[in-house]
Parts: sequence; structure tokens; C-alpha cells
Amino acid sequence: MMQDHLFDTKVQLLKYKVLRSVAKHAFEGTLDSCYYDIPLEIVPGKEATMRCCIYKERAIVGERIKLAMGGHPENPNIIEVLDIACDECPVSSYMVSDACRGCIAHRCESVCPRGAITFDNHKAHIDDSKCIECGRCASVCPYSAISAHKRPCQIACKIKAIDMDENRKAVINNDKCISCGACAYQCPFGAITDKSFILDAIKLIQGSDGNKKYHVYAAVAPSISSQFSYATLGQVITGLKELGFHDVVEVALGADMVAYKEAEELKEKGFLTSSCCPAFVDYIDKYFPQLRQHVSHNLSPMGEIAKLIKNTDPDSKVVFIGPCTAKKMEIQKDALKPLVDCVLTFEELQALFGAKDLDLTTLEESELDNASYYGRIFARSGGLADAVAQALKEHNVSPEEFALKAISCDGIEACKVALLKASKNALPENFIEGMACIGGCIGGAGCLTHAAKDKTLVDKYGKEAKEKTITDAISVYHI
Amino acid sequence: MEIYVCIGSSCHLKGSYDIIQLMKEKIAECNLEDKVTLKATFCLGCCTDGVSIKVDDQIITGVSTENFDEIFKRYVLQEVEA
Repeated sequence: MMQDHLFDTKVQLLKYKVLRSVAKHAFEGTLDSCYYDIPLEIVPGKEATMRCCIYKERAIVGERIKLAMGGHPENPNIIEVLDIACDECPVSSYMVSDACRGCIAHRCESVCPRGAITFDNHKAHIDDSKCIECGRCASVCPYSAISAHKRPCQIACKIKAIDMDENRKAVINNDKCISCGACAYQCPFGAITDKSFILDAIKLIQGSDGNKKYHVYAAVAPSISSQFSYATLGQVITGLKELGFHDVVEVALGADMVAYKEAEELKEKGFLTSSCCPAFVDYIDKYFPQLRQHVSHNLSPMGEIAKLIKNTDPDSKVVFIGPCTAKKMEIQKDALKPLVDCVLTFEELQALFGAKDLDLTTLEESELDNASYYGRIFARSGGLADAVAQALKEHNVSPEEFALKAISCDGIEACKVALLKASKNALPENFIEGMACIGGCIGGAGCLTHAAKDKTLVDKYGKEAKEKTITDAISVYHI
Repeated sequence: MEIYVCIGSSCHLKGSYDIIQLMKEKIAECNLEDKVTLKATFCLGCCTDGVSIKVDDQIITGVSTENFDEIFKRYVLQEVEA
């Protein structure tokens, strides 16, 4: 298989190799005996290709294996820093480059509110201890000689949950972190990663004894339509069944249900935020507790679909497969615990396919069709709001009765702006669709690829749904 | 008696929602609400040309709107009356 083209980055490829190896040994029952061989399998040597020497590379792979096997239980966060993998990127944020000509104007010095800029040998120098990172010097320099150099993890973390310890290693502040995984996707050294529960998934599959003892369901998020683009969606579904899942069900059907209920709740309450994105809900919890009462009381689409599956098949097990690292936190909530048994990302699913040497491109196609267009477009920013608008129509709510004014917040920064306004009663809209990742779920940290065309793929998948309305799709909930 | 109609993807595409509707109507028409429970189920593992249903422990495949009346009579009515 063309492993090099499966992912956006080589960090993802490295993570994949570790996950695949752990999964392969787990499937074969050799994980205990081969545990110490995996670093050598992945870093055979003799030349180091990533770090100073092969021994450090192997040590880091060792840490990755721990994360692939569930991570450190004493750390409640599902996003972890691999200390020895953190390359201690330079901390000072504004730096003066060689482009500084030591001009006479010294605009940078004049504009600096803290007197952090001095001149040595006709060249500007920034005193880090005084700099407050306002960026004014950079904006006034006529030679563009001053620029920001922040750590990629800190740039990725829009809610400023990453600090540096005394050894300049990245540290995640768990009280602030919402587990969106942005830092994990952006760290160029792969030093931040999400804990993996592939072993739990494998145990569930193997324990079912070929789905004879109980059925194991794969509930796949609609963003799958933008993933595994080297094969067809139908082949991915067959691949899931080859892995040992009894059936594959669209989480988008749960999304249809959410849209239907959310429309009712919104009309009744008059103002609401969505509750689909666990990172967004966590953000409100931690940063805007005064707005908690306005978060929709609905389960997420994952919760809704798992509830339906367990209603129809009480002894079954449900594995959610999606783009999201924060879902791994969400299933620890009391309301979700009895419903969802395990969460995997698309990255991890690819590793399971790799572990079983499944070449999806050679497989027959299976069908996947449970939801409507509206449930399926939840995967992209704006989709949820469109679905709620449709659900209001299907509830026969006239615009005179209740007029929807939705704001679709694309990324956590946009969410912050809307929530700030809402907290001051200054938000003109009455419904906030909050998505922590840029682009919506298709921008999730657990995706294989994050491409611009993904939105079009989601809409195309939406249009292929058999059911054209939300009411038709969710009729199965009301038998 | 418990009747399960498969709502897995394959059966859904072949019209299981129509079969559910017909089941509901027919159960009401024959006044069997007290005797028959209608439920949905995901894949019954028999993806064929038509919709799969399960009546108690017996799986019946290839159900369509065309043969529905016949199937209902044979597997539901006759069994309930027996």
C-alpha cells in the first residue's frame, strides 16, 4: 500500500507505523512477547533519520508504544506530551533577523510600549524579559526584519493551554485543555499525541468470538466521506467488516436525530448553542460557565446513534470511529459511558487495516446508508445550522413563530468571539453552531488528510443519501 | 411475538422503511397490537435481494412490498392464530 500518500505528514506516518505494529501483535496475541522488539522494527538503524541517534529514536518509539497502548493512566487528559520527543523549540517569540539594517528611524524602538528594544552595533535587539509579544515592532519595521517565532504547538493551541516548563518542554495545562488535538496534529516532531484505545477495540472484536457472543458495531462519523480517498467508501465499509465488525452504522443518523430535537429545544428556549462538538462543550464548561445553561441538552450524534444501536441490540458493543480526539474524553462522561464502548480515530482505523494487511482497493463494495443529507453534512462547518433550519421546517415552525438566526463558528477562535458576545447579551444570533476544528469535523486532528476539497466530498456524500428529509431518516427511532 | 425489521444499510436501500410502514398498518388492521411487538434491528447477516425480517427466531429474507401480504399472512397471521 502507498503508505507515504496516506497522510498529510511524516509524523502521522510514524505514528501509524507504531499503531499498526502494536495492533498487529495484539491481533496475533504476541504483544507481550514482542513488546520490546517494536522499537527495533520501526527504527532498524544503522543511520538515524529523525533524531541525533537511533537510540533516542528507539526510546521515543518506546514512548509512542505506551501511548498506542492507552497512555499514562495517571494523566486524565487524552492528549499527552512525549517529553523526550519534545525538541524544546525556541521560546522567544519576536526575533530580529539579518534583514535589520540598523536604520536611523528606529520605529520599532519608539513603538515598543515596554522599552524592550535596544540597539547593539546598529542592530535592533529585543529583551525577552520585557517583551509582551504585542507585535507592534514587527508591524512598523520597513524592512520586515522582525517576525514572530512561536512554538508550533502554542500557535496551534488557540486557547493557550500549552506552557513551557523549566526545561523548555511543552506542558499541557489540563484545566484549560479541551482535547481538540490541534497541537498533536501541528507539532512537527510528533511530541504531542492522543492516547489510543486500539487495544480495547481489538479486545472487543476478539472477545465477541466472531460476533457470536455479542455484536460489535462500528459507528462511523460522516467525515469518513472525506477520508480514505485511495479507496471507495464502499470498500472502507467492507474493510470494517473484514476487521470483524458485525455492522457499520452511520453516526449521521444520530445527527439527524440531534437536528430534529435541537430545533424543538431551540424554539422552546429561544437561544441555544450546539452540543455536538465535545471540545466546544468543554470550552464552554471551562471558559464560559455562565453559558452552560444554554448548551443544548441533546446527546451528541455519537451518543444518539449508540443509544439507538443499544436499544435494538442491548448486549452489543459500539465503537465510534471518527476524526476526533475529544470524543475520547466525551465517552468518559456518565451519560455516554453505557452507550459508547470505545473511540477510534481515522488514523487508528487505518492502522487496524494495516495490521491486518487489508488492501482496501482490492475489496468489494458494501453499502452504507442510514441517514439523510442533513445528518451527513454535520461533518462540515455550517452543516449543523443548515440541518436545524431544515428541522424547524419539518416541525412546521413558521418564521413568524420562530425565526432562526444561526451563527456557524468555524474553529475555536470563532467560537470564542460568539460566546464572548453571548455572555454580554450582545450576540444578534439565537443559535451558535460551535465547531472547535477549522472546517468542522473534517478538520479534526484524527483525520488522515485535511484537504480543501473535503467539504465538497461531504456535500456529495450528503446528496447520495436515500432519505431526503430528517423526518424520514429518523422514523426508525419511532417504531 | 416479536418482529424485527432489518434497518441495516443494505435493507434500508431495498426499502425496509416501507416494510416497517406496511407492518405497522397491517398489525393495526388485524388488531394484533397486543400480540405482536414490532422492532428495528441492524444487520441480520442476510443481505439479499429484498429486506430481511426476523419473526421470533426465524429469519425471512427477500421481503418486498410486492410479497409483503403473503409473507405477513404466512409468518405472522397464521403463527399468531395457531
